[in-house]
Amino acid sequence: MTANTKLDPKVPSGPLADRWTRHKFELKLVNPANRRKFHVLVVGSGLAGASAAASLSEMGYRVTCLCIQDSPRRAHSIAAQGGINAAKNYPNDGDSVFRLFYDTIKGGDFRARESNVHRLAEISTAIIDQCVAQGVPFAREYGGLLANRSFGGAQVSRTFYARGQTGQQLLLGAYSALMRQVGLKKLTMLPRREMLEVVLVDGVARGVIARNLVTGEYERHAADAVLLCTGGYGNVFYLSTNAKACNVTATWRAHRRGAYFANPCFTQIHPTCIPVSGSHQSKLTLMSESLRNDGRVWVPKQTGDARAPGSIPEDERDYYLERKYPSFGNLVPRDVASRSAKEQCDQGRGVGPSKMAVYLDFRDAITRDGEDVIRAKYGNLFQMYERITGENPYQVPMRMYPAVHYTMGGLWVDYNLESTIPGLFVLGEANFSDHGANRLGASALMQGLADGYFVIPATIASHIAGRKLAPIKSDHPAFAEAENDARSRIQRILGMKGTRSADSIHRELGLTMWNQCGMARNAAGLKSALQTIRNLRSEFWENLRVPGEPNELNPTLEHAGRVADFLEFAELLATDALTREESCGGHFREEHQTPDGEAQRDDANYCHASAWEYQGEGRPAVLHKEPLAFEVVKPSTRSYK
Amino acid sequence: MSTSPTTGRMHVTLEIWRQKSASEPGRFVPYELDDVSPDMSFLEMLDVLNERLVAKGEEPIAFDHDCREGICGSCSLVIDGSPHGPERETTTCQLHMRRYRDGARITIEPFRARAFPVVKDLVVDRGAFDRVIAAGGFVSVNTGSAPAANAVLVPKDAADRAMDAAACIGCGACVAACPNGAAMLFVSAKVSHLALLPQGGPERDRRVLSMVETMDAEGFGHCTNHFECGAACPKGISVENIARLNREFLRAALKTPVVSRSSGSDD
Ligand SMILES: Cc1cc2nc3c(=O)[nH]c(=O)nc-3n(C[C@H](O)[C@H](O)[C@H](O)COP(=O)(O)OP(=O)(O)OC[C@H]3O[C@@H](n4cnc5c(N)ncnc54)[C@H](O)[C@@H]3O)c2cc1C
Ligand code: FES
Repeated sequence: MTANTKLDPKVPSGPLADRWTRHKFELKLVNPANRRKFHVLVVGSGLAGASAAASLSEMGYRVTCLCIQDSPRRAHSIAAQGGINAAKNYPNDGDSVFRLFYDTIKGGDFRARESNVHRLAEISTAIIDQCVAQGVPFAREYGGLLANRSFGGAQVSRTFYARGQTGQQLLLGAYSALMRQVGLKKLTMLPRREMLEVVLVDGVARGVIARNLVTGEYERHAADAVLLCTGGYGNVFYLSTNAKACNVTATWRAHRRGAYFANPCFTQIHPTCIPVSGSHQSKLTLMSESLRNDGRVWVPKQTGDARAPGSIPEDERDYYLERKYPSFGNLVPRDVASRSAKEQCDQGRGVGPSKMAVYLDFRDAITRDGEDVIRAKYGNLFQMYERITGENPYQVPMRMYPAVHYTMGGLWVDYNLESTIPGLFVLGEANFSDHGANRLGASALMQGLADGYFVIPATIASHIAGRKLAPIKSDHPAFAEAENDARSRIQRILGMKGTRSADSIHRELGLTMWNQCGMARNAAGLKSALQTIRNLRSEFWENLRVPGEPNELNPTLEHAGRVADFLEFAELLATDALTREESCGGHFREEHQTPDGEAQRDDANYCHASAWEYQGEGRPAVLHKEPLAFEVVKPSTRSYK
Repeated sequence: MSTSPTTGRMHVTLEIWRQKSASEPGRFVPYELDDVSPDMSFLEMLDVLNERLVAKGEEPIAFDHDCREGICGSCSLVIDGSPHGPERETTTCQLHMRRYRDGARITIEPFRARAFPVVKDLVVDRGAFDRVIAAGGFVSVNTGSAPAANAVLVPKDAADRAMDAAACIGCGACVAACPNGAAMLFVSAKVSHLALLPQGGPERDRRVLSMVETMDAEGFGHCTNHFECGAACPKGISVENIARLNREFLRAALKTPVVSRSSGSDD
């Protein structure tokens, strides 16, 4: 636990509201004619990657972009439903850049950097302008103006949306900008590629090793800057709302080469997901937070009440969120809503076949507004629910249970989004920067696009113009060495011929993480999780079986490689959770709660970001702390009562 | 993470297309699977089969999938002759086994079309769609140059109809369903989405000409009004878009000399 020069957040000084403008002015510039001399490698084509790749290419940099899926349009961002925040204040309900900043800092339970969050709020409005100009079909009012709705943790309506498919429409916007550059032959898009190593030359990121997932070939990509836009690590829990290909591989491999990993224990559990239906379950489906605008959450007052919901009379229902948090009601932030659902189920008031669910009931909204209005707002979500459960939510309340959804932790980055490896930038969910210990709804899309459209186009110059970069070719020995590392791992995986599938080990890992490192954590549980993780890792490396060949499409092999990295990363996550002896946001340590069961922060000892430095296999990572200074918003106990 | 008591397990017989690579011939291989829960999704049923194959040291069946909630467009599969299977407006990943009865026999094949070569087993290469978008499926607006969002009013009705078309997930079921392997529904959805919005106006002609040209060059067939595409679309994209595409194309073709059609520069 040392002060560390690598952990310089490079936050500009001066009044908070002027910092970004001043920083942009003080940053070096790369002259337009020179930009084409520099090659930028973007790993990932979600909102962060696609927006960054397109914008940098438009500016004149040579850009190559890699993604795992068969098309950049299929990145996990496509699945975001509810919306994107921006401080436009169109509804005239008192919003402002400062209020969005304030809500995000408070929502993050005072564990994010003020300067970054203020910049995010500032940029938010330009994102909406950009997306509208691209043709993103946001919802509109009859007068032709943009419509808004409200999301958890806010008392204003600042969320822009495109039905229940906001992520899809925003990603298709960024994707179209990306493909336009491809069409203009300014950008090379390489789908079905997986990055397996970052390549460092003289301590600076100068490229990556990727595997062509169709041919199995290893590719060396040399570059002047590398951007990791590879999303979150929620699938360390096996079951999550993330797409199946979401992984920690890119960020973990970078961590192993020197990038610090920050706050890995800050994971978000979303309160409203369709409950697990059986041991075959392969992923969980989110029901957008926007449903809590109209749906009321309740459980029967009596434990073990097995009556059908319709036959439970009004006075025998407990609308526990409205009761406990009268001013925010059903729209309390996610961490609070999730923990409350768990508490109800743990006390025996859960509903449905598994008893691990609470009701989200639209009866009153349908009576008030009519079924048509509700259908127009949420039709596709209701349909999705019915497909999965076989129940009609217009007639029977939805059954919901929390599920892993988002990861606030990620690679540590400074104000320029640069990691502790010079030349390696990290954008979107893959970094740790803006959401502290809990992300507010509709803020991930905002952050991914802020990073990609507006932050990196300015800050990349700090590296490109600020350092002397010798020309680099992929025949440099550093590439050969990194390629060899990647190759030998894959060979080892294929060589074992044991009896366990990677999927079965992944499931077991997930169950441990969920039970001991999920919504509520305690020291004993975390220590036992650490032991289980180590055992599973040995099991993996001794008893794995992956059929098929290395030199052709082999999805089982791809998955096994990702599980190998999850098995290493899980240990860091649990260690971080064990070390953070406080409760904040999504990190709830049972030892640290108020008498009425709310999270108890410890600002005296834990008002910092924990940044972990890799020390080699089998050696404990070293913790560095970036102190968080709150100059503008005084940390207070979050209250949504 | 508890298990619900599951009612009645099912037995199914699967006939699955196996093909090692594009250059090798493929064939149907039968698989028996019991212990299928009606609550499983179709892909979870394939996961179970793949776990069995791994246990036996056999190579699992390759299929594309990612979000498993009907939005990414990764999953494909022709199930008993229909792209995405029997349920209306439902992707393969959203299809559930409760749709089938005990003892069902199900055939599973890849999406087949000249423009979508098989990569392996049930996986095909749909890269042609990306190339069609690169030819014009965008508004040329560099980052930072956008006017204020509410500066241009968009009638709610136009925005809603644009959204109807923009909901396309690019899965390719329309192509797989078409006897000619045409991509008209996909292309028309993008052309319509942008033609319905004022933001798409300035490039309207150039866009449609260039996208259609690329569509033809990629080996997609011609539309002869079968409209199988609309029936197969998991997102309910309307075939009215095809009529709009035809109008847009004619309008543009009559105005634009043949020489200057390609997507041009970005300035
Ligand atoms: C169901 C759901 C609903 C959501 N709804 C909302 C919402 O309404 N509002 C909101 O603000 N947020 C929402 N979120 C969160 C938000 O969608 C994500 O945080 C955000 O989209 C992440 O974007 P990204 O660009 O950082 O990463 P992603 O979209 O995850 O993209 C990652 C990219 O990296 C690539 N990649 C990953 N690893 C590698 C590798 N090793 N090699 C090569 N490429 C790699 C992938 O192929 C992909 O292209 C939701 C999330 C989920 C799961
Ligand atoms: S897996 Fe994404 S649409 Fe089916």
